[in-house]
Order: sequence, then C-alpha cells, then structure tokens
Amino acid sequence: MEVNRRKFTNFLIGGGLLGWLASVLYPLITYLIPPKVEEQSLNSVKAGKVDDFPPNSGKIIKFGRKPVLLIRTETGEFRAFSAICTHLDCIVQYREDTKHIWCACHNGMYDLTGKNISGPPPRPLMPYVVRIQKNEIIIEKPTNLG
Amino acid sequence: MKRNIFKKVYDWLDERYDLTPLIEFGKHKKVPVHEHTIWYYMGGVTLFLFLIQAFTGILLSMYYQPGPDSSYESLRFLLTKVRFGWLIRSIHSWSANLMIFFAFVHMFSTFFTRAYKKPRELTWVSGFILLSLALAFGFSGYLLPWNELAFFATKVGTEIVGAVPIVGPIIMKVLRGGSDVTGATIYRFYAIHITLLPAIFMLVLALHLVFVQKHGMSEPEHLANLPESKKKYIPFFPNFLLRDLILWLIVFDILVFLAVYYPWELGLKADPFAPAPAGIRPEWYFMFMFQTLKLLPGHVLFIEGEVLGILLFMVGGLAWMLVPFWALKERPGRRIQPMEFIGVAVLVYIGVMTILGYVL
Amino acid sequence: MKIGYLGILMSLFLGVGPLMAQSQDDDKTTNLQRLVEVDQCVACHIDEEALPEGLHENDIHLRVGLSCAGCHGGDPTSDDMDIAMDPARGYVGIPDKREVPRFCGKCHSDINFMRQFRPQVETDQEEQYYTSRHGKLLLKGDTKVAVCTDCHTSHAVFPASDPRSSVYPTNVPITCKKCHSDPDYMASYKIPTDQFEKYAESVHGQALLKKKDVGAPACNDCHGNHGALPPGVTSIGQVCGNCHINNLQYFQKTKMAEEFKKMDLHDCIECHGYHSVPPTNDDMVGVGEQSTCIDCHDEGDEGYKAAVQIRQLLLDLTTAIDSAKVLKKRVQIIGMDDLDIEYLLKDAHQQLIHARTVVHTFDPKQVEEKTKTGLERAKEAIQLALEEIKEYHRRRKGFLFATLFTTLLIIGLFIKLRQIESEQKSES
Repeated sequence: MEVNRRKFTNFLIGGGLLGWLASVLYPLITYLIPPKVEEQSLNSVKAGKVDDFPPNSGKIIKFGRKPVLLIRTETGEFRAFSAICTHLDCIVQYREDTKHIWCACHNGMYDLTGKNISGPPPRPLMPYVVRIQKNEIIIEKPTNLG
Repeated sequence: MKRNIFKKVYDWLDERYDLTPLIEFGKHKKVPVHEHTIWYYMGGVTLFLFLIQAFTGILLSMYYQPGPDSSYESLRFLLTKVRFGWLIRSIHSWSANLMIFFAFVHMFSTFFTRAYKKPRELTWVSGFILLSLALAFGFSGYLLPWNELAFFATKVGTEIVGAVPIVGPIIMKVLRGGSDVTGATIYRFYAIHITLLPAIFMLVLALHLVFVQKHGMSEPEHLANLPESKKKYIPFFPNFLLRDLILWLIVFDILVFLAVYYPWELGLKADPFAPAPAGIRPEWYFMFMFQTLKLLPGHVLFIEGEVLGILLFMVGGLAWMLVPFWALKERPGRRIQPMEFIGVAVLVYIGVMTILGYVL
Repeated sequence: MKIGYLGILMSLFLGVGPLMAQSQDDDKTTNLQRLVEVDQCVACHIDEEALPEGLHENDIHLRVGLSCAGCHGGDPTSDDMDIAMDPARGYVGIPDKREVPRFCGKCHSDINFMRQFRPQVETDQEEQYYTSRHGKLLLKGDTKVAVCTDCHTSHAVFPASDPRSSVYPTNVPITCKKCHSDPDYMASYKIPTDQFEKYAESVHGQALLKKKDVGAPACNDCHGNHGALPPGVTSIGQVCGNCHINNLQYFQKTKMAEEFKKMDLHDCIECHGYHSVPPTNDDMVGVGEQSTCIDCHDEGDEGYKAAVQIRQLLLDLTTAIDSAKVLKKRVQIIGMDDLDIEYLLKDAHQQLIHARTVVHTFDPKQVEEKTKTGLERAKEAIQLALEEIKEYHRRRKGFLFATLFTTLLIIGLFIKLRQIESEQKSES
C-alpha cells in the first residue's frame, strides 16, 4: 500500500515533469527554428529571377507595405518605381502598347523615367534602385548616403 | 546502477571541490515556521521571475533589431512571423511586471517584520538597490518596442529626470543620446537594458544572496525570544525547497496564463512628429511618482513644484534605503509601533496616488 | 528701388562678389559690374543713381549680355549723353505703352535672332498677344490693359521656370491679381474681381498656393498666357479635360452631355464651378443638401433615381472600407499580421477612386462594376482581419495543454512533500 502510493506519486511527478518539459521545450525549439522569411529586411526585396521577366513587361512587387512597379523595358533594362500614383494614390501599371506607366483611375501617364507626362499626376514617381545579383533581381530603397 | 553513476560523479566532484559542506549546509539550514512564514517565499519568487526575464530576454535578442526604423518592424516580425514569438515577448513583459510587484511585496514584508535590523542592514540596502535596478530595467525596456506609448512615456520620463536641479539636464541629454528622444535613445536604452543593467544586477544579486545565506532567515522578535523548545523549524532541504518549487510552478502557471490570455499588445509605431495621444501614462510602478508630480502646484514658495517633488522623492528614497540605520525604537505597550505607522503611511500614499493616477 | 553706386561697390568690396563668383549665374554683382567697364549707359546711370526701378542683377537680358542699348537703342560706347542717347543712333528710350509688344517683339518675334539663345524657342508671343482680349483692347487704344511688361516686369525678367519670375506658376495668380482683383481698376470693364479670392480657396488654388504644388493649374493653364481669353463657354470641357482626361471622356458619352448642349449648359462647371472649384466629395452626387444633381433633377425622374443609386453605391463602398480600416488598425495594435489586409484595402481604395471617376457616366451600372469589385476587396479585408483576430484568441488553446502538465506536476510535488513530512514526523 505504502509502496504503491509512493510509486504513484513518483509516476505523477515523472509524468508531470515530462509533459511540462515538453510543453516548455516545444515553443522554445520552434521559436529558435528560423521562420520561412528569414529576416525582416527594410531596405531591399527580392523580386524574382531575371528570366521570369520578358522585355516590355511590368509587375507589381510588394516592398513591405509599399507596392513597387518593376519594369523591364524593350531593351531588356530593369527599372523600378513607387507604384503609388502621385495624384490620388491609385496603383499604376506598365502598358505594353504605349510603353508608358499608366494609372487607370484618371488616365495619368508617366514616362519610363517615372516623370509625369500627361493627365492629373502632379509629380514624378519615386524611383527605386534595381540590382541584379546572380540572375536574381533585387529592388532597393534609394538612399541619399551614396 | 543509476545510483552508482550519480555517486561516482558526485565523488569525482567532491574530491576536487569539497561539496560535502554545501550539502551539509543545505541539510542543516532550517527555516522557522510561524504565522509570517509565507513572506519567506517572496524573495524566491522574485528571483525566479528574474531568471525567466534573463532567459526570455536572451531569446528576444535573437530577433530584435534596435533602431528607429527597425525596432518596431523587427518586433512586428517576431510577433507575426516567428512561431511563439508572441508568447516569448508576452511572457517577458508580464514577468517584468510580476517581478517588480513581488519585489515590492518582498520589500514591504521585510519592512514590517523588521527583518532589516542588525545584522541584516546591508541585505536591506542591497535589496533596495536591486529594486531600483529592476525599475531601471522596466523603464529602459519599455521604450524598446518603439511604439507610440513607449515613445511618449520615455519622453515624459526623461523630461522628469531633466528637471533635477544642476545635473538633470546633463543626465537627460546623456540618457537620450541628444536633446530629444530619437533613434539614438533606442541604442542607449538597448545597451543599458541588455548589458549594463544585467551586469550590475547580477553582482548586487550575488551579494544579496550571500548575505541572506550568511545570516539565515530572520525571525520575528516575539519568536526569537521564545525558548528553543517552543520554536518550530523545517529543514531547508527538501521541505522548504519543495515548497519553493511548488510556488514557483504556480507562479509560472499564472504567468503563462496572463501571457496567453492577455498578450501584450504591439501598439502603433511611434511617430516623433505626431502630437502626443491622450492618456499617456507610465508603467503602473511609476504611477505614484508621476501622479504626485502632476498634482503638485506649479510653484511652492520659491521652488518649482516639479523640482520640489523630485527632490522629495530623492530624499525619501535615500531615507528608505537607509532605514536600518535610523529605524525608530519600538515602544513596548504601544499598539501601533512608530515604524509600522511609517510603513503603513508609505503604503497608503503609494496606493492612493496610484489609484488617483488611473482614475483622474 | 534704386541701386546706389555705393551699394554696389560695398557689396563688391565686402566680399560678396568673390563668394558668389563660382556661379556666374547667380553672381549678384558681376552682371552689372562687368557692364560698368564697357557700357557707358550703366556707368552713367549708376553715377546719377538713375537706374530703372526694380532692376534685377540677374535679369535674363543682362545675363545673356544684353545691356540697356539692347532694348532701348543708342550708343553705349559714348560717355556723351547727347551721342549715347541720340535717336539717330537708334535710341528709343521708354516706349509708349501701345508700343511695348512691338518693342519686345523686335527680338522675340524674330526666330533668326532668338534661335541663338535657345534653339527650340517660341516666337509667336506677339502674334498671340494681339489675339488676346488684352491685345485687342490695346489695338483699340485702351492703355489700361496688360502688355508684356505688366506681367513679365521690365527689368526683372526671368524664364517662367525660375521661381523668382513673376510668371512662375505659384506667382502667376498674384501677378494677374494685381489688376483683376482691383475693383476700381476693373470697373470700366464690368467683369467680376473676385476670381483670385475664389481661386485661392479652390482645390487648384490650395494645391498651388498652399502646398506649392506647381503641377496644379494657375490662371494661365486654363486661360492661356499670351493669348489670354476667357475659355469659350463651349470649350470649357476641353480645358478641364486636358488634365481630367477620363472624367471628360466619360461625360462626353452621356446623354446628359447632349442635353447640356441643347440647354446651353457648360459641361464641368455646372456642377464644379469654375474659379471656386471646391474639392469634391461624395455628397455632390445623390439627393442630399450638397447634391448638384437635384439642381436639375426632380423626385421621380430617371436622373434622380440614378443619383440616389450612385450615392448609395459609393456609400456602401466607403463604409466597408472604413470598417476594414478600423479592423486593420486593431490587428496592427495587437501585433498580428496586417500586411495582406493592407494590400486588399489599397485595392478597394483604388476601386473607390475609379468609381468616383465613373460617376461621370451617370450610369449606376458602370459605377457598380467598380464598387462591386471594391466591395469584394473590402469584405475580403474585413474577413482576413477577423480571421487574424480570431487566431489571436485561438492561440490560447495551447495554454490548456501546458497548464494540465504544470498542474499535474504541482499536485505530484505536493503529495511528495506531504509524504516526506509525514515520514519525518514518524521518524522523530
């Protein structure tokens, strides 16, 4: 009887300890495993492979909270601009027929340097820096630091 | 078999480091049992919460990136992308508050049981320093998420420091890393929070623990005077330690409950140019001081109200730290002892001011 | 203001000159100083403190090397006043106001001359001027009207792209206002003088004068510059449509546009006004107090119904977007992921902007096409936000699992303690 009670207590402590350790270690270990997106990057974003972008095309890339328009010109050159129209914050797009940047909301047009050329947009689009590294397109925030 | 391995390891260590006295010390160390025994556990709980702070703090530092552009963002990343990141962060925040709460309880229980008396003066002083350091931990850690509340609370908090006569403005500038709360302040507070304070804290904590072990548990006077046969004791090991362990587990459970059911919010990112939102208040443990400064009139005689308040708090804090050296003698026959009266007055003052701070 | 010789010398010797010398363009002293050496007009007029009022050191004519004689004729090489200012040597002095356009046009209408300064320069200003109301009245002998110098100044002329210019976009309204807002001056023409006042309050005026957004239209962007006329009442839509392309296109295709013509109503301005163009808001459609629809439409007619419908569509979308925004903020505060919600909201917002343009079709169906998509996006955003908030609470479940073991352990340790203590008791 006495022995049984003692065994039961030990079993309770042992089982409780194991379960407790598991419930503490599980969150701990999963915490330490790096998440899918490895790092919070504030100044650059990977846009994809060069080959995935045919010349004369554009695509909206999510740069944190800001949409960025990545353009590959007819000559194969990459350029990136803030995709937020300077008129009323709509999202601009690349038009393959006119080869301009276009905002559907009020028919605003920008040339391929981001300059506003017709319609209501009052200011040019802010350019981003595009770098190619091992066939990978990287868009960076422009810095004044050089 | 199992026992053998343990024994061998023990013998190996014992041969080299002479462990037996330590074990003997644990076995013979006794804890008095009486109606105030419960207060003996408060220091242990505070210590336990500090260990949790150290541990979760290390975990957080693996993802946190200090800086005006990255503090909030990296914390957002931790909360949204890192698995259980929210839990670790929430435990760190809750544990900080509980630790300060239990430190206060520990301090007042020591005060009312008059455990600070000779020979334990320095134990009290070191304990007071530990509490001050814990408050500094709280103040510096509060800014690190770089959210609206943190930003303005820090702005106000450092402004109060700046109101100290003569040295205030310089200290404020050094704390802020400039004339205003900016990104530079984050780096400073981060450095203070994760390197400077832990280092000092550990040192003082070690002293505090050595002092406690040296003197053993203090007995209330009416017990100490009883004949030895009428006193009740339990061994420190395993009886007291097991009780300690059980209490730690209960505190752990409450902590996790709070962290899970009332997770700490992230808030909105600080915008240094935005006007201060309504209801800026410090953490609850600074509330009584904050409220006092708010209630003081603009000028008291020739001195600015705020400055007077700060000076009074400095004098009060110093007096409190040095309690063992000036404590008033007990007067036999009196129902309320003078020190008890002081303690109750301080408690009531802190309580009323804190409540006022949240009500007004 | 006259520029004293002393002043010039002082600024020269006090070192302003050398400091500025790195940029010839902005050098405050050299333009005149250079001329003092070679040009007797300048030398003498400085001595006599008789430089023309308002003369600017960096006036474009001075800058390209034209001196007094460049416009006023005469012989700048002679220090003898009679020779220098001899009409026989081409001296014209101050031209009569009626002569001013020709006076400037001598050069500015001559492409062969002007080309040497700027290859793509326009030379039709004088010609255009005579087609403008100002020019026509001048030809009739009215000398109160504006000539070149009234807008461009005489001796502080800058290209329109220079912020110092009296015709730089943000300065244009102030330049026009000098005459057009003066009731006494304008009395004989019997036209209103409140244009500037109205314009300054308008969406355009606020953008240009307050925000200093030079993309916003100034007076000349609608009225023309040298050919300044009130836009013909028939062409006003085209004027607005220069920038507001979609709005005009949608409008022109409507039945209303035809009816407007029949009823002699003037496109955009009937609802938006002209100088006072206020910032638009959704209440301009519908049948509420601020509605412009009910100026013409009465309860029961088709247009009235359409107005009610369109207003409701916009309201539904803005309401959905607003509630999504509130939820998004909550998600952000509790530290859950709100990035996708933000992008959905951006999309919904875009549809709203688009729908507001499509309002100019006055066709509820076309508006609904946009608001429907917008509404879907906003609802998705709301859904996602609620999902995130739910997830925030769902995480609590794991606690039950953990607490079960903690409690077991506590109970186990507690029993153990009791056992040990009862053993200790029986031992003693």
